[in-house]
Amino acid sequence: MTTNVDKSNGGASNGGNKASGPADVNPVAKDAVTVVDPRLLVRQEGFRGYLTEFGRKMRSGDLGAVPVIVGIAIIWAVFQWKDSAFLSPKNLSDLSILLGGTGMISVGIVFVLLLGEIDLSVGSLSGLAAATLAVLNVNHGVPEGIAVLAALASGALLGALHGFFFAKIGVPAFVVTLAGLLAWNGLMLQVLGTTGTISIADDSFVRDLTAHYFSQLIAAYGVAALATAGFFLAQFLDSRRRKAVGVPSRPLSEILVRTGVLAVITFTAAWRLNEYKGLPLALVIFVAVLVILDFVVRRTAYGRKVIALGGSVEAARRAGINVVAIRISVYSLAGLMAAFGGIMIASRIGSASQQAGTGNLLMEAIAAAVIGGTSLFGGRGSVWSALLGMLVIGSISSGMNLLGVANSVQYMITGGVLLAAVVIDSVSRRTQRSAGRG
Amino acid sequence: MPNGPVLALRGISKRFGAVQALTDIDLEVHAGEVVALVGDNGAGKSTLVKTIAGVGPADEGVIEWQGKSVQVTRPHDAQGLGIATVYQDLALCDNIDVVGNLFLGREILRAGVLDEVEMERRSRELLQTLSIRIPSVRIPIASLSGGQRQTVAIARSMLGEPKLVILDEPTAALGVEQTAQVLDLVERLRDRGLAVILISHNMADVKAVADRVAVLRLGRNNGIFDVKTTSQEEIISAITGATDNAVTRRKARSGEVAK
Repeated sequence: MTTNVDKSNGGASNGGNKASGPADVNPVAKDAVTVVDPRLLVRQEGFRGYLTEFGRKMRSGDLGAVPVIVGIAIIWAVFQWKDSAFLSPKNLSDLSILLGGTGMISVGIVFVLLLGEIDLSVGSLSGLAAATLAVLNVNHGVPEGIAVLAALASGALLGALHGFFFAKIGVPAFVVTLAGLLAWNGLMLQVLGTTGTISIADDSFVRDLTAHYFSQLIAAYGVAALATAGFFLAQFLDSRRRKAVGVPSRPLSEILVRTGVLAVITFTAAWRLNEYKGLPLALVIFVAVLVILDFVVRRTAYGRKVIALGGSVEAARRAGINVVAIRISVYSLAGLMAAFGGIMIASRIGSASQQAGTGNLLMEAIAAAVIGGTSLFGGRGSVWSALLGMLVIGSISSGMNLLGVANSVQYMITGGVLLAAVVIDSVSRRTQRSAGRG
Repeated sequence: MPNGPVLALRGISKRFGAVQALTDIDLEVHAGEVVALVGDNGAGKSTLVKTIAGVGPADEGVIEWQGKSVQVTRPHDAQGLGIATVYQDLALCDNIDVVGNLFLGREILRAGVLDEVEMERRSRELLQTLSIRIPSVRIPIASLSGGQRQTVAIARSMLGEPKLVILDEPTAALGVEQTAQVLDLVERLRDRGLAVILISHNMADVKAVADRVAVLRLGRNNGIFDVKTTSQEEIISAITGATDNAVTRRKARSGEVAK
């Protein structure tokens, strides 16, 4: 906000300083306003203020999720125009299940990116988790629940190991996780042994993770209604509490608009999903994980510490934050989410194979986080970018498959989209810096 | 000053290997007083501050806090006593908003969840009592000017309700207007009854806000002056050593004589 004024005044900062004069003379105009420098644009009340604030953010390079949402709209429009089956209930339902596997891995990557670091090992860790699960359950007859927990634990532990080498020993994260990429892929091959591919029984709980649908109409609509109501209530109560203690709050009109947008999205999704088999369990799990981890990032002291580390390690250290512990925990979380993603993928494919966790899985997971708007430079991003980025990547591959485009072209196009996303990130970062919001 | 000093250093010495960084330093700071700590590069200002802040404990000497001898061996000890240090590089996170930075590392929780409303209310209250004007408490630190950042950093040190605030070169990188803002803030801290140690290279700043000036030269006391009765030239010559004579040595020994 600051610099927008300076910019529009075209270096008339002297004039601005004079403008602050009267406030010095008469500082007690209004309780709330004394903190605010009169030179600066103050957000107007009401919906109009919301719009101008939005425009100001756009111009100063604080793009948030806008580019990716525009991107998804364009991608969907193009594919729907080329092939009307694209937005069909079946395709959307399949897409929603497809998102979960790589999306889970991507959520872990978001946390690592928030630190300003990278984790290259998540692909291998996901494959290892799938192999662990299949070998324990199918070959050794370990109960499914325990096998799943063991697989998740393997991811969390190995992730913590990366974190230990990075945070405690000081090896660059890139190298540690690159070593992990190779080592855990080797371990997975070892675990699978001579069997090669292990199939997971069709009637198993693990298969159900991606094969189960809540087919009653009420399920999807109920979840949509609950989400909408919960969102409205949370926003409304927060706003009321803010008003009560006299800090700026969202006007009711803005809350209603936000709730309305959410309602349209969730109910449209519910309607389309109900047209096919109903609400997929995989989507419920994925969105639940997103909601929980988003809450962790934005509303807990832990999340605040992660973001602080992404902004300035030194500042975080001086604020008494245990840098080593936070770093290890984030890598452990990335490993855990990678294992979770590996299980979801094994569930969808129906087997753990030697190819699990290889190929472009790792790149897709990182690309999704970045395309979704999480900065590679640390400290800025959202857990939801895993979903948005996966929507872009998943839509492209799903649409291309429908159109019968070869893999070769798909890779090139996904690569182009990733580059575009990073360019947007870098440019918006530069714009933000020149607009004083870096 | 009616009461004894908040902080008194007696015979502080510190060695780094073969270098005697501080030799027998005495310093007293009273409540409601701004003491400027000046000296040439390498005079030992930062080293002295570190002994007070617990970052680099002294080898010899006594630190008295409100009349009692205390051990300050860790930053935690200093904070526990009520000593807040604002370092030159501000230690703020650019990507987090003002409220988040003020409460970084001491977030207010409500049922285990960040209480943003309460933190925002307390931030506004704090900034208001210090008459700090910033565009909004909800914009990232990156959007603030250098002076505003410095005031936020100082405000942050106030959250722990300290009795002594140490400011390390708070105006070093600031423009005229911003320097004025920070100096205003320093005066407000004094008016609120805090003791302030201000490290500065800038004689104009020192003359503007300090009550007394403690000069360090080559790791030793080189005079403590009353700002009102001392000319800038005298202070500068004490810094550069041009007045390294019997008179200044006597002043250094007797400490409070200038008062």
